[in-house]
Amino acid sequence: MAEKLIEIRNLKQHFNVGRPNLVKAVDGISFDIYRGETLGLVGESGCGKSTTGRSIIRLYDATDGEVLFEGENVHGTKSTKELKKFNRKMQMIFQDPYASLNPRMTVADIIAEGIDIHGLANSKQERMERVYELLETVGLNKEHASRYPHEFSGGQRQRIGIARALAVEPEFIIADEPISALDVSIQAQVVNLMKQLQRDKGLTYLFIAHDLSMVKYISDRIGVMYYGKLVELAPADVLYKNPLHPYTQSLLSAIPLPDPETERTRRRTSYDPDVHEYADGEEVQMREVSKGHFVYCSEKEFQKLQKQYKN
Amino acid sequence: MEKILEVKDLEVSFQTYGGEVKAVRGVSFDLYKGETLAIVGESGSGKSVTTQTIMKLIPMPPGKIANGQILFNGDDIVPKTEKQMEKIRGKEISMIFQDPMTSLNPTMRIGRQIMEVLIKHQNMSTSSATERAVELLRLVGIPMPEKRIKQYPHEFSGGMRQRAMIAIALAASPKLLIADEPTTALDVTIQAQILELMKDLQSKMDTSIIFITHDLGVVANVADRVAVMYGGQIVETGTVDEIFYDPRHPYTWGLLASMPSVDNDGGAELTAIPGTPPDLTNPPKGDAFAPRNQYAMAIDFEEEPPMFQISETHFAKTWLLHPDAPKVEPPAVVQKRIRKLSSTFDKPVLVKEEK
Ligand SMILES: Nc1ncnc2c1ncn2[C@@H]1O[C@H](COP(=O)(O)OP(=O)(O)OP(=O)(O)O)[C@@H](O)[C@H]1O
Ligand SMILES: Nc1ncnc2c1ncn2[C@@H]1O[C@H](COP(=O)(O)OP(=O)(O)OP(=O)(O)O)[C@@H](O)[C@H]1O
Ligand SMILES: [Mg+2]
Ligand SMILES: [Mg+2]
Repeated sequence: MAEKLIEIRNLKQHFNVGRPNLVKAVDGISFDIYRGETLGLVGESGCGKSTTGRSIIRLYDATDGEVLFEGENVHGTKSTKELKKFNRKMQMIFQDPYASLNPRMTVADIIAEGIDIHGLANSKQERMERVYELLETVGLNKEHASRYPHEFSGGQRQRIGIARALAVEPEFIIADEPISALDVSIQAQVVNLMKQLQRDKGLTYLFIAHDLSMVKYISDRIGVMYYGKLVELAPADVLYKNPLHPYTQSLLSAIPLPDPETERTRRRTSYDPDVHEYADGEEVQMREVSKGHFVYCSEKEFQKLQKQYKN
Repeated sequence: MEKILEVKDLEVSFQTYGGEVKAVRGVSFDLYKGETLAIVGESGSGKSVTTQTIMKLIPMPPGKIANGQILFNGDDIVPKTEKQMEKIRGKEISMIFQDPMTSLNPTMRIGRQIMEVLIKHQNMSTSSATERAVELLRLVGIPMPEKRIKQYPHEFSGGMRQRAMIAIALAASPKLLIADEPTTALDVTIQAQILELMKDLQSKMDTSIIFITHDLGVVANVADRVAVMYGGQIVETGTVDEIFYDPRHPYTWGLLASMPSVDNDGGAELTAIPGTPPDLTNPPKGDAFAPRNQYAMAIDFEEEPPMFQISETHFAKTWLLHPDAPKVEPPAVVQKRIRKLSSTFDKPVLVKEEK
């Protein structure tokens, strides 16, 4: 089953190159995404998750590295026709539902934009039917089609973004915090919907989020990022049961639980990057500690983790 | 305890192409000095509009305060002019907005935006404002703040923008802080830092906080009291323990049942509340939640339920609390939470409307 849909090789995305305010937003990360899976991506705010997503979908030209989609390099030079094909196969749901919806377009036109570009509807009527269907899919209704984005609440706008992404029937969706603006019941609706679409259409997701219980629920595997690097990658349940990187451990210890009593007595462990005490020139890289469980570590740490893992 | 804010029977509506959207339909609540009230509820239920109205920030027109009073320190905000509001905003009451991008100025450096508040409301000099801006960014967990103050919003990540907004809101040490989903774009470790920062500010300055969030884990962490909104109304309110350990409204049950828990292995579907939110241009007769409520009775489709009081601090607007209503069992996941709280009255008491 494990067919690779996307391969990311040593991807780097630096901003302000050659200037003093250089930011290594993504700094040499590699991972694969298998067809039909959901890969969750979590990590500290500002660690490069959105940038990773945006680079994969070619919103930025990568500083270095490559992204292969079905074996083809996404970042190589392409004809307009080829680009259009990629654009239809890969869609992104954006983190900021306000900035990403054109305020001068009606909801129907926003959702149908991709349908129009790719010529997916044969008549005006078919186009509108499709829009209504999509609105319903994301828990909005027909009456909303003729309205403008500013008339909607934050969560409602996010659902418009989801409907827009689904409109062109992509194979791969990068969902950048698609549900953090939604209330839990609609989160549940959207997540159930995403799972159902995955089952029905074999969709593949890169799911970026902060809500770790939701990420665990939806993801097959989870990658943890810290300062432009991937520090841990493992099957979802393994990551929660056996977090190995100290940053992952601190993340998991900070999940707020919906129980006032536990919250009153909660203890967090914080992460201090100095604990590693890496020597100069020590090679730190992703190493497979156990099958499918990768940790960014030095050879010395690797030995220790492997011993720990056995018992 | 001293009340800092009293909202009384607030109604807010918007004139739109499709008709009048009744976004807030009779909301009343009090806020005490130094307390945190969390507002939770469905997307589109009027949380942002309610709180933006407290700062008179809704666009008027198309928006309009159709009814009600908002007493801030006993003084009604509703009739105040824009000029009078400017003195209150950012100084007495400040707000962290749900969408950082539309409330940060994209053409102004982050540092400058924080400094403006300090210079305007705290009468600081430019150099001390610069220093304080750096310190505030550091407090909200932004690394290398000396460099970051020179950057523009688009150079910040989503969560960093949100933190910049928090820094701006805290800059003036307000008496009332309204935080509209302030931590949704943040990872849990930074979220925890920000929540601690807010609590710290609160204990030092006796700030009152209205905290809007969808994350019930965050509610459990920060709230003293919780108000649950649905369809432009508050349908249940109580102390944090009352809402989490003895919820009474079926919508609150639905919310609590929708959450995945960390032990959920992803096999089972999440229990979403079925159906779609009410159309607020034409709010349904009776209980707005009735069409989606598996416990709905005939009367729910006919007559709007009154408030019932369950304890000194706990209220719910549902016919299920009427003495003639059949006894119903909440969903199993909710039942697991339920505890007997000592504060509960023997029987729910009907709250008479004061008109
Ligand atoms: N256009 C840009 N110019 C300069 N720096 C940028 C730009 N976009 C992002 N960055 C920087 O790159 C880093 C990673 O940003 P990114 O948006 O990918 O973070 P993120 O992991 O998605 O964070 P969040 O969880 O807060 O959304 C941050 O330090 C950010 O300031
Ligand atoms: N400017 C406007 N014009 C017309 N309708 C509006 C306007 N602003 C808000 N509304 C409507 O008012 C209702 C309440 O919106 P509000 O933003 O308060 O919801 P919310 O509870 O904050 O939701 P969310 O959790 O999604 O942020 C929604 O139905 C929304 O469509
Ligand atoms: Mg991001
Ligand atoms: Mg809102």
